[in-house]
Amino acid sequence: MSHRRESRRRFRLPRSLRDLVGRELDEEVSLHLELRARELEARGLSPEEARREAQRRFGSVEALRREARKRERTIHVRDRLGDLVRDLRFALRGLRRNPTFAAAAILTLALGIGATTAIYSVVHPVLFEPLPYPQPDRIVTVWERDGNGDRMNVGFTTYLDVAERVRSLESAAALRPWQPILTGDGSAERLDGQRVSWTFFRTLGVAPALGRDFQAEEDAPQTERVAILSHSLWRTRFGGDPEVVGRAILLDGNPTTVIGVLPADFESLLRPEARIWAPLRYDVSQSWACRSCRHIRAVARTAPGVTVDAVNREVEALAATLRQEHPTEYPQEGEAGMEVVPLQTELTREVRPALLAVLGAVALVLLVACANVSHLLLARAAQRHGNLAIRAALGESRARVVRSLLVESLVIALFGGLLGLAIAVAGVEVLVQMAPPEVPRIDQVSVDAQVLAFALALTTAAGLAFGLVPALQVTRKRLWGRLARATGSRSTIGAPRGHRAALVVAEVALTLLLLVGTGLLLQSLVRLLSQPLGFESDRLVTMQLQATGARFETDEDVRSFYDRLLAEVRAVPGVESAALTSQLPLSEDFDKYGIEFRSRPLANPEDGPSAHRYAVSSGYLRTMGIRVLRGRGLEAGDFASGPDGQGSRPVVLINDTFARRELGDTDPIGEEVLVGGGDENPWRVVVGVVADVRQVSLAAESDAVYVPNRQWPWSDALRTLVVRTEGSDAGPDRLAAVGRSVRERIRALDPDLPVTRVATYDDLVAASTARTRFALLLFEIFAGVAVVLAAIGIFGVLAGVVAEREREIGVRTALGASRHGILWMIVGRGLRLAAAGAVLGLAAAAGFGRFLESQLYGVSGLDAATYAGVTLLLLSVATVACWVPARRATRLDPVSALREE
Amino acid sequence: MSEPNRAPRPDEPIPVVKGTLDLLALKALVRRPMHGFEVTSWIEERSRGRLAFDDSAVYQALYRLEKRGLLEAEWGTTENNRRARYYELTAEGRAHLSAETDRLVRYSEIVTGILTGAPSPQPA
Repeated sequence: MSHRRESRRRFRLPRSLRDLVGRELDEEVSLHLELRARELEARGLSPEEARREAQRRFGSVEALRREARKRERTIHVRDRLGDLVRDLRFALRGLRRNPTFAAAAILTLALGIGATTAIYSVVHPVLFEPLPYPQPDRIVTVWERDGNGDRMNVGFTTYLDVAERVRSLESAAALRPWQPILTGDGSAERLDGQRVSWTFFRTLGVAPALGRDFQAEEDAPQTERVAILSHSLWRTRFGGDPEVVGRAILLDGNPTTVIGVLPADFESLLRPEARIWAPLRYDVSQSWACRSCRHIRAVARTAPGVTVDAVNREVEALAATLRQEHPTEYPQEGEAGMEVVPLQTELTREVRPALLAVLGAVALVLLVACANVSHLLLARAAQRHGNLAIRAALGESRARVVRSLLVESLVIALFGGLLGLAIAVAGVEVLVQMAPPEVPRIDQVSVDAQVLAFALALTTAAGLAFGLVPALQVTRKRLWGRLARATGSRSTIGAPRGHRAALVVAEVALTLLLLVGTGLLLQSLVRLLSQPLGFESDRLVTMQLQATGARFETDEDVRSFYDRLLAEVRAVPGVESAALTSQLPLSEDFDKYGIEFRSRPLANPEDGPSAHRYAVSSGYLRTMGIRVLRGRGLEAGDFASGPDGQGSRPVVLINDTFARRELGDTDPIGEEVLVGGGDENPWRVVVGVVADVRQVSLAAESDAVYVPNRQWPWSDALRTLVVRTEGSDAGPDRLAAVGRSVRERIRALDPDLPVTRVATYDDLVAASTARTRFALLLFEIFAGVAVVLAAIGIFGVLAGVVAEREREIGVRTALGASRHGILWMIVGRGLRLAAAGAVLGLAAAAGFGRFLESQLYGVSGLDAATYAGVTLLLLSVATVACWVPARRATRLDPVSALREE
Repeated sequence: MSEPNRAPRPDEPIPVVKGTLDLLALKALVRRPMHGFEVTSWIEERSRGRLAFDDSAVYQALYRLEKRGLLEAEWGTTENNRRARYYELTAEGRAHLSAETDRLVRYSEIVTGILTGAPSPQPA
């Protein structure tokens, strides 16, 4: 049947269907009329009569013409479908017959498509999607800069100057974090929120979905308290009741009227966890509104048509003016000044370099995948050109052979794409789970359909392109004829060898690059985790407590409550010691104060150093295991009195590195220090030097001063309880059990006290290394994918070589070459390519390592051990990949290889 | 001026019932492939001219059958060396012909039985 179909199609193909059908019909009808007329003439009619009678009997040709066209269309479609089914069957049979090839090609596509889609899906919304506010590119954050060029928050008065005097800003808003305790309906709950100037939502361009926005008169001290709720808080805590607007709720014991609810799609990018907002209620007369009280985050909207550069020039100019007007309230030296940063840049500042590196890696992996699919198809074409030649000999047309090869490529692409989609979905889930909290908008991440389509299209196009090259070469007219004559000859076909070798070299180089990145990050993480923290982190349980509300009106209320609490906790079975601190190392607490040494007076205290202030209870150093290096620790006597100095003199401890840097060889003991400006703080005498502690991150120690909390001018409402458990068993279960007992004791003491951030140091260290671990995870994924792809690539090329040179190998074997010799001939060829790729990759990695250096810790971007290690790893994998086709070569039967000629 | 209810004269051709021509064309091709005029002549011969149809209706039937895959067509040459489109039964065409023949025979038996008062055959 195929022969007949074939001739029909060949006859039909050259002209358009409609013309052809018309011509065929005319020919058929005219033959009919002629035969009929001849028959009628034989019965005695005249030729003219016979012709007319034949036509009459025939009837309408028009209806017939329509029927013929319908027939042709239907048959045409049926033929195409039949061909497709046949090609599909052929492709599936081919893949089943050569499962190694099929698996390699499908795995390549799946990994390439899956990994790149997953990672790009995560990176894209974080880095590139516009922020969910109207005209987001006009929203900027405003910062002061100290003499080192480091950014600082702004003082409230400075913010007011910016808002009033910078004309290129349309509006500005001030914000600070706020964690009110909500009581009343149900259990006490500590909410995360922000106090903001009344202009905040207007500046973002957002309006409440329910109720109204803040008004200017609500943003002042001594006014009625109002608040706006997030949609989620409204749903969860108030059951989505629209009547909540206008109702009073209790925040820190203060009646506060809910005036609005934000839309469900509002994203609080400046503080993702915030669920409630209230006016700042500041006034320049307040002491905390001062210019050097830099705790305000400022955000602004630029005037339409003004560039960020223009705003920056104006803000810098204002900073210069303010420095002159208030010389002791601004740093004067170095790069001190003010700047604005677009919000999008600001939000992605931490993660941008890492994510851009990752995007580069995405592109590389996709390239590797494309290269691989190409090889595999080239090798495959070489392997079965005999089969193609047979088909040519049987008279199959060139177009059909090409099409069936393309269908095979498409079938592979389809399977690869499906598997890739599965990998992408699973991958996105893993990445979102693993992402460190500072990755903004991670909750917006989902599989990006566009990227999936792009990756699929690219790899498929590569497959098609390279599937087409050998198909066309194999079926080139002259070659077609030759092959048809010499079926089974194993002459070299396919792309030039140099081209394929270059692909493998490039692939190995890319893989090595990724492996180096992974190795360096892994080393960084190991070194980071082995850093001494400055304290004994095992057997510690920590939790944050907040004493705010009506019961804690005076400082003395807070102090005596915490004293009672500490005494109770110390009595809990399993507790070896317990203490309270105003901030906890590695917890993201950040509470720095300017420091002035009596022996080194400064003209402008703003130009002095600063350090983390720890207002601690007795027993803090012992509980944390922080060593005292010189002098003494804090003693019971230091906690005996209030800050007014009666009973004992104010004392302070400082850390070793800080003391050395500021005081050199001078003995710090006895030095007098001022912590924080203002009139309330006394000069404190240094009584001891303690070990450096890592406060902000594992990567660096922080300067610190420790003050007895009784001697601080005010009592911190927010404190962290640290508990060291008894005994040597510090397993997580034991720590959790002690933690539970402590919480129960606290609840018995005060059921309304919110206890949050319950954590062991394992948790805190894990959180503080989340970013490095995330970057590492990404690199591990990429490098793993790349290694697999490189192995497939080497395998693909060598399999092609073996297939092409079957006869040569047969001849060699027949002439007495040993199996061993053949094995090494093939393996050696593969390893030479791998080695060339490795050299190229090492050179590229040297450049890349420097780029990665900002993400590294304690290891150079050119770390020799890492480079050597990953090179060795890659060459081992390459050897294995060479081995498989080489073994096949040694098993070739020389007789059958030769007989075919 | 037609006379609608007059009885047809015995020698007057009866217009062919719709769909019947398809079956007749298939039957014509059972022995060998034919071109359109041969099929037309074969039906005329076998019916001894008692069925009335336009010649084009035969071609309509052939095209329909070809469209349904019951026939295949191929250009060939006649004895007089003229190019002609030859039709050949496919396997499906053969199966279709035998099934439809059974159906038509049973159908006409039932209808004939009812109209002539003879007892209807029991279903097999």
